[in-house]
Amino acid sequence: MLRACLRGANSSARKNFGRTPLTNLQPCRHYTAGESGGAAKVVAAGLVTVGGGIGGTILYAKWDPKFRAGVEKNVPYSDRLLGLALGPASQYGGLPIKNQEMAQPPSMMEKPQKGSKAKMEKKLKDESPAAEAGPVPAQPAPSIEEASTEATHIISAISEMSSVPAPCDSEAAAVKEECKECHDHKDTALSAMDEPEPVASEALKERPVEEVTARLALQDQEEQEIITSVSASLDESLASSAKATLQAIGAQEAALQAIAQHTVKLKEAMEAEVPPEEKSAQWKDLEASLAERTSAVTSAETALSNANEALHSLKAVIDSSKGLKVAAVRPLVLAAEENLHNMVVDLDKVVTKVQSSESEAKIVSQYSELVNEAKLQFQREVTSLTPEIQANWKGLTGKLSEDDLNALIAHAHRRIDQLNRELAEQRVREQIHIDASLEQQKLEDQKALEKAVSTALQHVKEEARLEQERKLSELREVMEAEMRTQLRRQAAAHTDHVQDVLKVQEQELRADAEQVLSRKMLEQETSYRQLSQEQLDNFTLDMNTAYARLKGVEEAIDSHVLAEEEARKAHHLWLSVEALNFTLKTAEADVPTQPLQGAAQAVRDSCHDNDFALALASALPEESLQRGVYSEASLRARFHALRSLVRRVALIDESHNSLYQYFLSYIQAALLFEDKHQTPPTQLSSEDLDPFKLLAYASFCLEHGDLELAAKLVNQLRGEARRVVEDWLTEARLTLETRQVVSLLSAYANAVGLGTTQAP
Amino acid sequence: MSEKELGKKWDRCLADGAIKLGTGLGLGIVFSVLFFKRHTWPISFGSGTGLGMAYANCQNDLRSFYMQHSSEKEQ
Repeated sequence: MLRACLRGANSSARKNFGRTPLTNLQPCRHYTAGESGGAAKVVAAGLVTVGGGIGGTILYAKWDPKFRAGVEKNVPYSDRLLGLALGPASQYGGLPIKNQEMAQPPSMMEKPQKGSKAKMEKKLKDESPAAEAGPVPAQPAPSIEEASTEATHIISAISEMSSVPAPCDSEAAAVKEECKECHDHKDTALSAMDEPEPVASEALKERPVEEVTARLALQDQEEQEIITSVSASLDESLASSAKATLQAIGAQEAALQAIAQHTVKLKEAMEAEVPPEEKSAQWKDLEASLAERTSAVTSAETALSNANEALHSLKAVIDSSKGLKVAAVRPLVLAAEENLHNMVVDLDKVVTKVQSSESEAKIVSQYSELVNEAKLQFQREVTSLTPEIQANWKGLTGKLSEDDLNALIAHAHRRIDQLNRELAEQRVREQIHIDASLEQQKLEDQKALEKAVSTALQHVKEEARLEQERKLSELREVMEAEMRTQLRRQAAAHTDHVQDVLKVQEQELRADAEQVLSRKMLEQETSYRQLSQEQLDNFTLDMNTAYARLKGVEEAIDSHVLAEEEARKAHHLWLSVEALNFTLKTAEADVPTQPLQGAAQAVRDSCHDNDFALALASALPEESLQRGVYSEASLRARFHALRSLVRRVALIDESHNSLYQYFLSYIQAALLFEDKHQTPPTQLSSEDLDPFKLLAYASFCLEHGDLELAAKLVNQLRGEARRVVEDWLTEARLTLETRQVVSLLSAYANAVGLGTTQAP
Repeated sequence: MSEKELGKKWDRCLADGAIKLGTGLGLGIVFSVLFFKRHTWPISFGSGTGLGMAYANCQNDLRSFYMQHSSEKEQ
């Protein structure tokens, strides 16, 4: 049926809608057609808007990095898009500026930190400041340098600067003294030459404190290394150069000495008229001295070359150490340069001395050579004249003949003439020669002068430069000292101000803290009191509850005991009642039950405190107690026996009790037939009081086990019938009574038992 | 047993009746023989008397419950 309805509905719907699509299509088409155009427009407009929005966002992000950062933060995956469109974010564009600004204060903080830390480290490590005048002066140089940069930065950016640690100043002052000591001892303490680390030419980035300390340590290490290396090199070179120079000077002096000696000896040998033996000795001496001179000169030359080398190396080292661009090395470099200059000057002096003596010696040697030449020529002439006479004519005084002597004299005269002529010539040419030699000498002098002038100029320049540098360094020191004093003053003022502010803050904070403390104390006290009170209350509560529970438990136990007792009693009662009940069953046919006395006594015993049960137990009829009761079956049987009798005496009552009546009632009984059993009505009417009917009812009741109703019905019998059933009735009554009492007792025992048993 | 009483009563009645009848008859016979020249009337009289007495006794016995002694009434 449902399907049919649906089908009908579908068909009707189809019918209904079958028509409309045809009519709706066209308007729909129009609608859709129109709408398609409209939809395209809307879509296009939407796309344009979105594209415009995105493009605008990108452009603005390009212009404003903060906006870009905001967009990238808030919109996921926008960083990719913006990265594609604009390239990687110039996030760090904003930071370098900040870093540059911030780098200087951190660098400022780093430098004093570095300097102070290094100083403090040094101070902690070193125990004797005098011994460590060397290493520590390295630090004041950087600290001075750094302090100057600091000062400029502080002056420019005073607001950003945090407080310069005060120990820096005291340390700077101590360091300055040590620096002075250093300057005093610089010539002797060549062993300890430190070089400060290169000033921060590092990247301008903020670094964490640990990094800074690490870097400081690293820089300290580097500094140490550089210091040691440079000091070693400078020491080496200075020492070597000094040694070489001294050696050279010594050698030169020795050469000078040798030359002088040689010259003197030569002069002596030339001019002195000594006996020939001494002359040979003299010549030997001369040769020796010549040899000495040559050796001395060569050694001097080698020494000079060594010294020059050493000086060159020293200069190179000094240049390299200058080239390290360290400021504080200047005084030391200055000192080294001065040393160098002195050495060079000494060397030059000695060299000039040697040269002059050499030139003198040259003259003398030339003179000696000339003399030797003349001598040799003379010797040759003499030998040519007198071939047999040997050269050593001095020892030939006795061997010479007159001819020889004359020849010698003639030769001598001729030689004298010749020499006079030469002398005259020489005198004539003297002036020319003198002029020429003067010219030569002038030239040479000029050369020498130029050379001397140039060297002197160099020396003077060098000295001037050194002087300038010295003055510069002194000035710098002075300025730095002044700067330091200013800084110290500022720092002192700052520390005073900070101290004042701190004092005020301390006061305020103390007051606040005391207030807070007092409040907290009060709170604590109140809370403590509250807690203790609570505890007490809780404790009393717990105690009370425990006590109550204990009481409850006790009561429960007592009640339990009582209940147990009751249960036991009830059980006992029940048992006795059961026994009583059982005795009721002991009735056999026509034999009454056992006397219930015992059971009743048992019952009575088991319930002496229970009035109800006692009453019930005592309500048992005596007869039942003494004699027992008849069972229902026996009563029934008896009734059956009785019934005929009752029927026979049905008419007999007080008034009708003659024999004739008896006869009549017998006949009636014989002739009347009634139902054996008839259901008794709920209410007896007057006509139901007929004995026959009553008997029928009672018989029915008995058949159905209702002794009570049967007894009641039988009780309605009157007259002789009544007299006949009297005993039966009594027995029935007894039985009923007993049964009732027993059932009551049993019910009571059950009830009590149920009541006492505790449900699980 | 109250129901046995009636039976007992009837037994007595009958026994009594039998006795009385017998006695009456006997007396009647005796009297008839002795005194009344073998008339039958004393026998019948005697039996009748006996029977009557028995009837009366039976009735009385059966009625005895309903009838109270005058002494009991007075009491």
